[in-house]
Amino acid sequence: MLQIFDQIILYLQYPFVIYAIVVAVLISLCSALLGVTLVLKQFSFIGDGLSHVAFGAMALAAVFSLTNSMIFILACTILCAVLILQSSQNSSIRGDAAIAMLSVGSLALGYFLMNIFATGPNIAGDVCATLFGSSAILTLSKFDMYLSIALSILVIFCYICLYHKIFAITFDENFAKATGLSVKFYNLALAIIVAIIIVLAMNLVGSLLISALVIFPALCAMRICNSFLNVTIVSCILSIICSLIGIFASIIYSTPVGATIVMVDIVAFIIFYIISYVKVRI
Amino acid sequence: MNLINVQNLDIGYEGQIIAHNINFKLEEQDYLCIVGENGSGKSTLVKTLLHLLKPISGTIELNGIKGSDIGYLPQQSTIQKNFPAKVFEVVLSAFANQSLWPFYSKEQKLKALNALEKLDITHLKDKSFKSLSGGQQQRVLLSRALLASRSILLLDEPVNGLDAKATHNMYKLIEKLNKEDGISIMMISHDLDSAVKQAKHILYLGKKVFYGNVDEFANSKLYQYLQGM
Repeated sequence: MLQIFDQIILYLQYPFVIYAIVVAVLISLCSALLGVTLVLKQFSFIGDGLSHVAFGAMALAAVFSLTNSMIFILACTILCAVLILQSSQNSSIRGDAAIAMLSVGSLALGYFLMNIFATGPNIAGDVCATLFGSSAILTLSKFDMYLSIALSILVIFCYICLYHKIFAITFDENFAKATGLSVKFYNLALAIIVAIIIVLAMNLVGSLLISALVIFPALCAMRICNSFLNVTIVSCILSIICSLIGIFASIIYSTPVGATIVMVDIVAFIIFYIISYVKVRI
Repeated sequence: MNLINVQNLDIGYEGQIIAHNINFKLEEQDYLCIVGENGSGKSTLVKTLLHLLKPISGTIELNGIKGSDIGYLPQQSTIQKNFPAKVFEVVLSAFANQSLWPFYSKEQKLKALNALEKLDITHLKDKSFKSLSGGQQQRVLLSRALLASRSILLLDEPVNGLDAKATHNMYKLIEKLNKEDGISIMMISHDLDSAVKQAKHILYLGKKVFYGNVDEFANSKLYQYLQGM
C-alpha cells in the first residue's frame, strides 16, 4: 500500500501529471453536471451520438493535419448538436433515427478517412486510441490544456447561472413555456454545452466511452437523493472521485485511462444500487 | 370586465384546422369548463390560449393581462414520475423565468410558502415530489400555477388519474379558489357531469361548438344527446 502512495507522489512531481489531473477533475465535474439533465430529459443518446460525431471530426482534422484540431472538432460537434436538436423538434425524421444516422455515419466516415489518408503505420492503434482514449490526457498540448480549462469553467459558470431555468425546462417543459421561458433557446444552449463537454471528455476517456462519464454519476446520485440540488451535487462529487481513482489506478497498473475510469464508475453504480435497495427494505 | 375575449377562432397545427369558429369569453371570477371528446381540439385550444401556438384565424383578446399571467396546470408527463425533486424546488420553479441569478429571492420564497399554505400542503415542503400521491402531486403543481398568476388558472384535466376521494377534494379546492379568492378558472375536462355541477359557463368542442352558461347547456339538445351516448 505504501509503495502505491510513494508511486503516486512520485508521479505528482511531474507538472504534466498535475495538469492532467486538474483537467480531468474539471471535465468530470462538467459531464456530471449536465448528465443529470440529460438522463432526466431522456436525452442520454444525444451524448452518445455526438461523441461519434466528434470521432468523425477528429479523423477529418487528422486528414487535413490541422494544428488546432480541438477547435475544429468543437465546431463540428456543436453544429451537429444544433442539427440533432432541430430534427428532434421537426417531425419529418424522428429524433432517435436522425441521431443514429448521424452517429453511425460519422463513425464510418472517421474510420474510412483514417484508412485512406493514413498518417502513421499503425492505423488500428490510432483508431483504437481515439475510440477508447489513450494517454491523451497526459499528452495534451499547452494550448489544448488551457482551452480545456477555459471551456470547463465556462460550462460550469453557464450551468450555475442557468440552474433554475434548466430545472424548469427539465421538470416541465410545457409549464416553462407557459410562463414565457424560451424553451427553444435554453434547449439550444443545453445542446451547445453538451457538445463542448463531449469534445472535452474525448481527451479523457475517448469518444466511445464518453456517455459513461455523463450517465453513471447521475444515475448513482438519483438512487439515493431526493432533491434535484442534491442529485446534482452528489453526482459531481462522485464523478470527480471516480475519475481520480481511475486515473491513479491506470497509472499504477498501466491500464487504459478511459476504460479504468468507466470501470470505477460501474463499481460505484453497483454500490449505490445496493445502498438504495437496502434503504428501501429497511 | 371580460378578461379574455375569443372571437371566430380557428385552431390547429400547420394550417390544418382542428376546431373551427370558437367564440367565448372569460369574465372576472368566472368558472369555465371546456369539454369535448378526445381529438376535439381541447389541448390545442390550451396551447393557443397560452400563446404556444399561433391561431389560424380569429382573435384572442386579453384585457389587462399577458399570456404568461395565466397560471397553467399541465397534464403530468411521464418524466415527472421518476424525477428527483423536492416539492419546494418544484413550486419555486414558477419563478425560473424571473431571475438570472442562481438564487431565489426571500420574497419569492415567501410567496411560494404562502401558496403551499393556501393549498394545505405546507407539511409536504421538503418531501420528494415523486413519493407523493396523485392528489398531492396535483396540489403541488396547482400551487406552482398559482404563483405564476393571481387572476386566471388554466387547468388541463386536473383530476385525470385521481381516485374518487382525491377527485372530490380537487374539485372542492378549485371551487374554493374560485369563490373565496376570486380567481377565474378555465378547466379542461371530459367529465361532463361534474362540469355541469361545477362550472358557470360551458364551452363544448366537437362537430358543433357550444358556448353558454350552465343552465343553457343543461337544457340543450346537445347535452341530452351527449348524455344518451
